Amino acid sequence: MKSIYLDYASTTPLAPEVLKAMQLYLTRCFGNPSSLHSFGEKARKAVEDSRKKIAEFLFCLPEEIIFTGSATEASNLAIFGIVRPSIQSIEGSVKPHIITSSIEHKSVFMPCRILEDEGAELTYLPVTKEGFIKISDFKKALKKNTVLVSLIYANNEIGAIQPIGEIAKAISAYRKSHIANYNDKRLAISAMPYFHIDAVQAVNYLDCDVKKLGVDFLTLSGHKIYGPKGIGALYVKNGSPIKPLIYGGGQEGGLRSGTENTAAIAGLGEAIRQIANGKSQIAKIRKLKNKLFKGILKNISDVKLNGTLDNSLPNILNISFRGVEGEAIELALDSEGIAVSTGSACAAKDLKPSHVLMALGVSPKDSHGAIRFSLGKYTTEREIDRVLKVLPGIIERLRKIAGYHSK
Amino acid sequence: MHPKHMGRIKNPDGVGQAGNIICGDTMELYLKIKMDKKKKKEVIKDLKFQTIGCAAAISSSDVACELLKGKTLEQALKLKPEDIIKKLGGLPEVKVHCSLLGVEALKSAIKNYLERK
Repeated sequence: MKSIYLDYASTTPLAPEVLKAMQLYLTRCFGNPSSLHSFGEKARKAVEDSRKKIAEFLFCLPEEIIFTGSATEASNLAIFGIVRPSIQSIEGSVKPHIITSSIEHKSVFMPCRILEDEGAELTYLPVTKEGFIKISDFKKALKKNTVLVSLIYANNEIGAIQPIGEIAKAISAYRKSHIANYNDKRLAISAMPYFHIDAVQAVNYLDCDVKKLGVDFLTLSGHKIYGPKGIGALYVKNGSPIKPLIYGGGQEGGLRSGTENTAAIAGLGEAIRQIANGKSQIAKIRKLKNKLFKGILKNISDVKLNGTLDNSLPNILNISFRGVEGEAIELALDSEGIAVSTGSACAAKDLKPSHVLMALGVSPKDSHGAIRFSLGKYTTEREIDRVLKVLPGIIERLRKIAGYHSK
Repeated sequence: MHPKHMGRIKNPDGVGQAGNIICGDTMELYLKIKMDKKKKKEVIKDLKFQTIGCAAAISSSDVACELLKGKTLEQALKLKPEDIIKKLGGLPEVKVHCSLLGVEALKSAIKNYLERK
């Protein structure tokens, strides 16, 4: 039985082209990019070539790209790097204020929580039941002491694409109208609030032109785009007063010390080049996702789409199957060789359902029965057919165990 | 995952519930109880469960039934989560709470039986 992988939002396989681009730097070209000799020079060239490819993709300058050990680290760098110095520079009763959403990935949510403990003021924007931030809510949340806005470009559980451009416009208008406040000596930072987006899930499918988007920081990941694990990058707009998290040899413009992961950096550059060359297979993936959705609706009763098909990533489909637990479905599918994922909680320590689905207003009952199917460029129509063949039986069996009778 | 004791019993002598929907696991347990003439005690003649939960919750429920079948009420009430875990051959740390389901549902079902008497 051939296994079927429908968990591309968790991680993706390494593309053969990427592996090829990496191999040289895992073998012969092992030099330290900081060395002056020819070994170092070759490694340095690989790092800088990759930086250029990423800069071209994001429409920014190469020196605005900082390589990190993961996307989590990149987001941590943006958030702590901007907000922590402002906690120190703002004295007295004025607290730095952060705006984020209630559907962030943990790598943004947790740093925000830590900063809240350290004295920052947080606004967690609500979302509509389809999973979108409302511009009006965002505008209301902006304050004189807002130093950072951090939002997810496209959500990893439901695929909802946020109106980043519109939010950037609102930020830009706010900056202009409140320019006087920046003369406040206690807020010795200009161009506030800064705007960070987590584009980890978006990079494969959406326009990531940072000028068009109007963002100051953008996080991306290697292993979600058919690149290697253990590599991420942060776009840092020139002139942003960001402080490093890791100190040492001063690599990456002093923002991220540590010898560069040359092979992974070369791999990330190649993965980005593949996307820039239109290898993401967006139309095919969207077609297969629609087929999967229609097939499920047709063959299984009492299901509910979490989020919406409009303004959503072409590859993520999140569905609740009433009367069953997501994890039981995941394991039953796994025994058929089909890999999917659940945000459901039984394995998490706090046992709470997915915070993203809860923010959408999905009931705890429905959240526990949620499954995320995430497709990728290697997904085939035959694989979708196979899933549609086995899934109804699995749901029926689990519903029997649960004593659930569909309406 | 093919539980032997899933389902419900028509006209049960006792019904118990356990779990909560926030955590995601809920179990219903149905008991059929008979007087055993030899032992002169009430014995669990048959039992069935219905569980909404993860694989660990479903297996724990089934194993609990396996362990309880044929037991007297006194013996049954001695069932501990550790017995279920042992019979399953272990459970990961985060799943230990699933083994409580069977024990709690049993207590609730026996209480229900005694109230009906």
